[in-house]
Amino acid sequence: MLEQVFRAEWGRVLASLVGWLGDIEPAEDAAQEAFAIAAERWPREGVPGNPTGWLIMTGRNRAIDRIRRDRTLAAKTEQLERELRDRPEETMDETATFPDERLELIFTCCHPALALDAQVGLTLRTLGGLSTEEIARAFLVPFETMSKRLTRAKHKIRDAGIPFAVPPDHLLPERLDAVLAVIYLIFNEGWGGGRVDLSSEAIRLGRSLIELMPDEAEVHALLALMLLGHARSAARFRGGDLILLDDQDRSLWDQRQIEEGREALVRALALHGSGPYVIQAAIADLHLQVPRDWEEIGLLYQRLERITSSPVVTMNRAIAVAELEGPQAALVLLDALELDDYRYYHSTRADLLRRLGRDDDARAAYTRALELTHLGPEQRFLESRLADLS
Amino acid sequence: MRYALLIYDDIEVRDRTPEEERRRITAAVLEVLARPPVTGWLRLQDAESATTVRREQRRALLTDGPFVDSKDFLGGFVVVDSENLDGALAVAEELQELRPWGAIEVRPVREEPLIGA
Repeated sequence: MLEQVFRAEWGRVLASLVGWLGDIEPAEDAAQEAFAIAAERWPREGVPGNPTGWLIMTGRNRAIDRIRRDRTLAAKTEQLERELRDRPEETMDETATFPDERLELIFTCCHPALALDAQVGLTLRTLGGLSTEEIARAFLVPFETMSKRLTRAKHKIRDAGIPFAVPPDHLLPERLDAVLAVIYLIFNEGWGGGRVDLSSEAIRLGRSLIELMPDEAEVHALLALMLLGHARSAARFRGGDLILLDDQDRSLWDQRQIEEGREALVRALALHGSGPYVIQAAIADLHLQVPRDWEEIGLLYQRLERITSSPVVTMNRAIAVAELEGPQAALVLLDALELDDYRYYHSTRADLLRRLGRDDDARAAYTRALELTHLGPEQRFLESRLADLS
Repeated sequence: MRYALLIYDDIEVRDRTPEEERRRITAAVLEVLARPPVTGWLRLQDAESATTVRREQRRALLTDGPFVDSKDFLGGFVVVDSENLDGALAVAEELQELRPWGAIEVRPVREEPLIGA
C-alpha cells in the first residue's frame, strides 16, 4: 500500500524539489530522505491528509539541513534561508498546495543536449521512480555504468544550464517528439526482450504525460500504440517461446487494455492528430482485427514512410506488400534498404526467403538475425526456424 | 549564464565556397553577432598561422602549427549571455544554418573564481 503511494508520488515530489533547488542531485537526496521518514512515520501515525505536500515540505526541510551542513553552497543557503525566515510557519502546513512540475522535469530529462541513453535512464529514475539498480538491470549494463551515466547527465544539466521549463511554442513540437521517443524506446526495450516491467513503466509515463498535456494528439496516440501492443503481451509467449500474432490465443488478450487503447486513439483523432504515433496506433489497431486489412495497413505505412523517411517503416510496409503481392515483391523492397544492423530486418528477410523456397539464403539471414539478438525468447524462435530449414 | 560558442571551420569546404557566397554569409553572420544575446566575439587567423608551446624536459618547446592537427580547426569564439542552454543553442543554430561548413561547440563558461584568487 505504502509502496504504491510512494511510486505514485515520487515524480511529483522530486519535480517540485528540483524546481525549488534548481539541481537534480540534491533534490533526489532530499526526496529520498523525505520518503524514508514517511516510511518510518506513516505506518505509526497514519498517512497525512495531503501526502504530496507533506513529502515536499519534509524534502525541503531536509534539503536545507543538508545545505547548512555543506557550506560550499553558501550562496544558495543564504537565499533558501531567507525564504525560510520569511515564511517560518509554513514548515508543515497540511493545506499547502504545490503546482505539478513533472512536465518541466520530463522536458529537462529528455533535452536533446543529453545523450539518448542518458535521457532514457534519467526519465526512468526521476519520473518513473526506478532505482539506479533496477534501470541497470533492465538495460543489461553493470550498476556502475548506469550510475556514472546518470551522474554525468545530472551534472551536465546543472553545469550547462539545461532549462527546467516547458519549452516555448516554437521549440515545443521538436522537444515533445524527443519526450515521446524516449517513452516509446522504454516501451520497446521491454517488448523485444519480454521484460514487461519496462513496458508497463512506459505506459505509466504515457498516462502521466496525458494528464500533463491533455490536448496533444500525439501523446494520446502514443498511449494507444503502447496499450494496443501491450494488450497482447500475455499471448506473445508460451513456455518462454515467442508466438507470432496469427498463432496467438486471443482469449489471452487484455480486452480492457485494447478498449483503453482504442479510446485513446479515438481521442487523438478527435484532436485532429495525423502524426507518426497516430498512424502507428491505427496500424496496431488494424493488426488486432480478423481478417487483417493488409491494404489499409500498407497505405498507412506509406503515409508513415512519407513523414519519417525511415527504412524501418519501409521494411514494415514490405510485410504488408508480401501479403498483398507476394514475397518476391516484398523482397525487392527489402533488398534496397540499408538495415544490416537491425535484427528484425534479417528475420523479416529470412521469412520471405523461406516462403520463396530459397532455403540457403533464408538460413544465412536467420543466422545473421541470431547474431544480433539477445538471449531469450526471440533467440529461441529464430533457432527453431533455423532448425526447420535444415 | 555565459556560454562560449567555439566556431569550428572546415577549411577545404570554406575555400571551395565562391567569394560572393562567402561575402553574403559574412554579412548575415554579422547581423546575428550584433544582436543582444551576443556579448563578444573574435575571429582567429587560419590554423597555419598557429605556434604551439609545450613544455618538455623543463623547457618550452615551440612547434609550428596548431595543437590538434585536423582539417577542422577553431576559427573563432562567440560569447553569449543567456538564461539557459536553449538561448545559447538558438544562437549557435542560427549561425550554423548560415554556414555550409564546420560545426559549433557550445560550452558553458566556468564562472566560479580560481581557488586562491
